[in-house]
Amino acid sequence: MTKDSGIPAAREPMPKQDSKLRVKNFDEVALGYSAQQAVKEASRCLQCKKPFCISGCPVNVDIPGFIKLITEGEFEKAFYKIRETNGLPAICGRVCPQESQCEKLCVPGKRKKPVAIGRLERFVADYVLKKGTIKVDKVAESNGQRVAVVGSGPAGLTTAWDLAKMGYKVTIFEGFHKPGGVLVYGIPEFRLPKAIVQQEIDSISRLGIQMKTNMVIGKVYTVDELLQNGFNAVFIGSGAGLPRFMHIPGENLNGVYSANEYLTRTNLMRAYLFPEYDTPIKSGRRVAVIGGGNVAMDSARTALRLGAEKVFNIYRRSRTEMPARAEEIENAQEEDVEFIFLSTPVRIIGDEEGWVKAIECVQMELGKPDKSGRRRPLPLLRSEHTLEVDTVIVAIGTDVNPIIPSTTPDLNRNQRGYIIASEATGQTSKQGVFAGGDIVTGSATVISAMGAGRKAALAIHKYLSDQRRKRR
Amino acid sequence: MAYISEKRELTPEIKQLVLSAPEIAQKVKPGQFVIVRCGEKGERIPLTVVEQDEEKGTLSIILQEVGNSTKKLGSLEKGEEITDIAGPLGNPSEVTNFGTVVCIGGGVGTAMVYPVAKALKNAGNRLVSIIGAKNRQLLILEEQMRKISDRLLVTTDDGSYGTHGFVTDALEKLMADGLNIDRVVAVGPVAMMSAVCRITEKQDIQTIVSLNPIMVDGTGMCGACRVTVAGETKFACIDGPEFDGHQVDFEELLRRQRMYLQEEKIALEKENSDK
Repeated sequence: MTKDSGIPAAREPMPKQDSKLRVKNFDEVALGYSAQQAVKEASRCLQCKKPFCISGCPVNVDIPGFIKLITEGEFEKAFYKIRETNGLPAICGRVCPQESQCEKLCVPGKRKKPVAIGRLERFVADYVLKKGTIKVDKVAESNGQRVAVVGSGPAGLTTAWDLAKMGYKVTIFEGFHKPGGVLVYGIPEFRLPKAIVQQEIDSISRLGIQMKTNMVIGKVYTVDELLQNGFNAVFIGSGAGLPRFMHIPGENLNGVYSANEYLTRTNLMRAYLFPEYDTPIKSGRRVAVIGGGNVAMDSARTALRLGAEKVFNIYRRSRTEMPARAEEIENAQEEDVEFIFLSTPVRIIGDEEGWVKAIECVQMELGKPDKSGRRRPLPLLRSEHTLEVDTVIVAIGTDVNPIIPSTTPDLNRNQRGYIIASEATGQTSKQGVFAGGDIVTGSATVISAMGAGRKAALAIHKYLSDQRRKRR
Repeated sequence: MAYISEKRELTPEIKQLVLSAPEIAQKVKPGQFVIVRCGEKGERIPLTVVEQDEEKGTLSIILQEVGNSTKKLGSLEKGEEITDIAGPLGNPSEVTNFGTVVCIGGGVGTAMVYPVAKALKNAGNRLVSIIGAKNRQLLILEEQMRKISDRLLVTTDDGSYGTHGFVTDALEKLMADGLNIDRVVAVGPVAMMSAVCRITEKQDIQTIVSLNPIMVDGTGMCGACRVTVAGETKFACIDGPEFDGHQVDFEELLRRQRMYLQEEKIALEKENSDK
């Protein structure tokens, strides 16, 4: 007998919108557990004495703790258990790659399917959000010090939330007209409803955090000016934010989008509701999405919902090397996205008027592993072939946006241009300036940005507490 | 939110709005732009800042009503508010004493060339300006341009005012008359900027153009505004909006500007049927 022999091998399935119907709407695909399902799934947790799952979580949620409360039917208490360390549970429950974090370390997961931690997190968060508002967190007495947070994505929100709770006066500067960063411009409605993002941001903002939108830091104020204008410390969580292109002929033809543009038009600007909303988008009839990450999956599935008849996903390696979450690849497959593996575009072909009409690719084969540990794709000679498409979406990652680095000369950067910051503290080369999230690591996940925000908040607290002590 | 403290109708289709935006007014330099948005369903529209008043905390923009979004913006009255304004965006114009500078504005482009021309004049340049429009009614900022210029030439396509012809005709005449030009700054329709560049190329006169491709965020995030300059892809929002005109692929720019013509029509039709 092993400890896990008593529990069901399979987890409770996630109810989903039917794949034929869901490609015709932007509503959420995964519908969430019922209370009954949640309790049943929660009872698969072994309540390990040494819960490895917690160490797999970048913000160290007390996973067995909240799951136990679910088994007791204490859904609201379970929510506030999560909320002790995670300000965005409804978001994380939906978009965290649990399979490579907490669930990967789940003990019953070694022999059976791991406990569906993410789905349970989402269940309790939705339970509380549906009931109304989230209780305001306890806030320490104000210490009079001010912190500027640049960017209102997952890193910035987490830093701001933590610091506000510790008694700091926090101002968030967001470049767009709406807060949320990648949560609102990048991740689609059908995976992360924007009303939920807004509810969680509101719950954080209620701690007296000032949210200033339309503020492009580096332009309206430099980081130095923030420090001169009364902020005692600055956290930079501005994201990566410069789309990478392939640098192949035809990339500026009409009908070629960066994934950032395609998703921003759709999600932030709501182009899928054009002409009710003013921002247009070319939906495309036959669409090729280049890249194998989550953003590529989001783009492909968005194209279907905008009315594309056929969507291809072109990826230069094989399915095994795809960085997208398994769940997202499955969703895309269910929705009939056609995957073309081991293929790389070499040029985009236009018609007489400069619109995309086809994409030419070469076949690849996998060679020896490269630095990332994944086998390096190599082109096969004379394997060119063309695919008829009218829209191409380039989703091959992002580079560093130059606006902040170029206006903050004493901020050291690495060879690729990313801000150098301590992994443990977020401390940069500039005194009083901390950084975390994609602007430090390059494109990564929501939760890793939140983890970086958490560490930076603690480091900022230590830095400013020392300052206060010295002043006394 | 930005409060509209003044509104002027320069022509029936070209409006000037003075907006209260103190933080941007403190920072903006000639050649830079802002992005504005009207209403929760509105589009983000890039517009050059024409003038600013640091003390009052205001800045002024000039827009031509062409599509649905610019029509909405143009219909706002004094005392109303613009939902969003972000900036200053883009790089400031290079302003130094070059010697003799010719600043050319075509149509609403005159609004964009005006702040640059003024700064160049203040930097000690000898300023010769050429402004043009389809007809007399569409000509803007003549007085302002005259005030800052050592010499101003005005052209209209139909001959209803000034010299009959295009701004390029006036430029060619200046060159034929032997004016020694150190730098040209040209802002206007793509065809005009391209034509100016073809003329100045012959005498190798440095020519700066300010490009207005379609943008979304204006901060380098989306790449909608990519233009080819000297064979390389640049983002007009963060690498520009000004570029060496002799290196710009104008044909591509024009084509990319027209990407949503069909949608613009749909939006206008919807707006009209809603009324």
